[in-house]
Amino acid sequence: MIPGDPLANVLYVDLSRRSYRVERREDLFADDIGGAGAGIRLLDENCPVGADPLGPDNPIVLTVGALTGLFPLASKTVAMFKSPHTGNLGESHGGGRSAVAIRSAGLGAIVITGASSSPVWIAVHGHDVFFRDADTVWGMSSLFTVGRVIRDNEPGAGVRSIMRIGRAGEEMVSYACVTTETYRHFGRLGLGAVFGSKKLKALVVSGAEVIPTADPKAYKRTYKELFAATQSDVMRKYHDLGTAENVTPLNAIGGLPTRNLLSGRMPDTERISGEGLAAHYLGRRLACAHCPVGCIHIAALREPYTDDPYFYKTRMISYDYEPIFSLGTLLGINDPECYLRLMETVEALGLDCMSAGAVLAWATEAMEHGLITENDTDGVHLVWGEDAPYRAMVRGIVDGKNDFYLALRRGVAFAAQQYGGEDFALSFAGHEMAGYHTGPAAHLGFLFGARHSHCDNAGYSLDQTALMSGATVPLEEMARSLVAEERWRQVLSSLVVCFFARGIYKPEQTCAALASAGFDVAPADLDALGRRVYRAKYDFKLREGFDPAAVAYPDRIFATRSAAGLIDRAEFARAVSVMSAEVLAD
Amino acid sequence: MTRLDVLDTDRCVGCQCCIFACARRNDDVSLSLACIKVRSAGGISRGFRVIVCRACEDPPCAKVCPEDALTLRKGGGVTLIPELCIGCGLCRQACIVGAIHWDSRINKPLICIHCGTCALHCPYGVLGLVRNDRPGALAAVPSRKASHDPG
Repeated sequence: MIPGDPLANVLYVDLSRRSYRVERREDLFADDIGGAGAGIRLLDENCPVGADPLGPDNPIVLTVGALTGLFPLASKTVAMFKSPHTGNLGESHGGGRSAVAIRSAGLGAIVITGASSSPVWIAVHGHDVFFRDADTVWGMSSLFTVGRVIRDNEPGAGVRSIMRIGRAGEEMVSYACVTTETYRHFGRLGLGAVFGSKKLKALVVSGAEVIPTADPKAYKRTYKELFAATQSDVMRKYHDLGTAENVTPLNAIGGLPTRNLLSGRMPDTERISGEGLAAHYLGRRLACAHCPVGCIHIAALREPYTDDPYFYKTRMISYDYEPIFSLGTLLGINDPECYLRLMETVEALGLDCMSAGAVLAWATEAMEHGLITENDTDGVHLVWGEDAPYRAMVRGIVDGKNDFYLALRRGVAFAAQQYGGEDFALSFAGHEMAGYHTGPAAHLGFLFGARHSHCDNAGYSLDQTALMSGATVPLEEMARSLVAEERWRQVLSSLVVCFFARGIYKPEQTCAALASAGFDVAPADLDALGRRVYRAKYDFKLREGFDPAAVAYPDRIFATRSAAGLIDRAEFARAVSVMSAEVLAD
Repeated sequence: MTRLDVLDTDRCVGCQCCIFACARRNDDVSLSLACIKVRSAGGISRGFRVIVCRACEDPPCAKVCPEDALTLRKGGGVTLIPELCIGCGLCRQACIVGAIHWDSRINKPLICIHCGTCALHCPYGVLGLVRNDRPGALAAVPSRKASHDPG
């Protein structure tokens, strides 16, 4: 790497002592480029074995990578922590302005340890760190308002990032998220609860550091090529309809989880599809920093006040495929306004929309089966397709109203353990499913993804490729393909580029980009990097008690036909053992 | 003579590619060493403000320069004569839209030269070069994007 590259600066913040220091860590960044690679090493170093995820020992590690700030779509920050949701590796990627802001602050990573005794937000401006009193914004009902207050109190307009939690994080709901720039999230696995456990309301980052290049001419040349690629058809789907484009095709093949996965098909999705939302609600498109694609789709929801004629409110609410699935079809909702209202409630409180959706879906079915009653729900009667009861339940979860709601705070696996219905609790190794019932590869991916069952694995794409070719993929081959793709994604998430750019950042282009950033690597080195990071993550997972042979998954996936037909239980169990062996190979 | 103009801020998605493009012209990778700024219009749900030099006909920045380091540019705006600039910052204060930025490495203003590099990197047609031969007769020069995207 370039000597003195600010990327190797790691900011350590100790919340217990309200102190900080910056350390040079070329050892981390020269070998592992940054992002997930540097992140897993920092987590391993700073997280004691068996640490309580909600205790002061659990570190929050945020990293960016060698391409951050330099190239388009290198716009993601990697968060690593021990997850309060699964008790194991927590990794979550967020965009917005977070990555470019961290790099512009002259940093490659931020490690936050300890816990504050009172609510605080941390402001990082360059290498100066300020501990601001957050008592006034603690307990505020809407995350949107919190953002406004912090904006008014911090410099760096236009370049800063404000990563904050809502009440769900304060209350340490195990699937609380961290929201950045209003519409982007470190969504999964409960980073928001870790913030809350440290009484950390927000992290503001800005700076004016110049990012060095090894060879300005070569840099400009490579930039030109990559920028042109962002304008090509490869990125069009993210650009036009956004990820919501997936609703219609997934529904058509029967892979769209509907009503707690009682079906893979949802009737009448025209209005809640990417096309329908664009036609009737799309009000604005937004982008992460240094990303010309602009995949963030914001709906304008105009509604009248019922108590006052000619009085309206218009809210700007985001939509994407995953929340449409989790807070829409999974709950039998196909009315876009029902979805948008529920999404707004979930956003205002700061929950992971995917886990929240699976919890609500389980509760609906549990109520139908009489496993829970209105005594448990404090009078909330859940009905597929109706948003008002779901919104009431989401507020109840964050308020922690009673034992039932306190159980819901810990996710669907825990709730089902307490109240029954484990066969239809859509949890994979303790984490709620993503929106793909495309076939066995998707579910294997949820179980064994290196981010501990995150949605971003290649499973659904393998399923769909197999479906289109009509060929049955042998399990061993499926497992190998999943692991190979996961390894490559460790490279992308070390750079750090958005996974949506995986069609652009192929090994050759990646090496050219890295060369202009001062990293002399060949495709074979990238392959080795991917293997190393993948291995390091599994080492951490095993260290913290992950047992690949004991991963749990719900019976429901065998009962409801997937896009690839009925999944055979015995065959899937065999796939799990093949996969266990594959992830632990080398 | 052409000058840079903001054609439609409502098309801005806030990607900052224009800012990086401006800085890259001088071999810098930076959000601060650029002559263009993009900030939200009170939270990104309300969209963005795109701040560039207005190419004033009788620029206040030039009027307040005690060293005459800013000379009038044909077509509007100013040109910096760096060797005359003493870094007093009065020009920055005089610009009411905040379009004069600062290179703190040399303590001198960053002055837009209306080259249009930023516009070339805006995929949405927010920015473009316009002709500025006669006052009141601005004609948009179609940008790369606007020419094939009806919007």
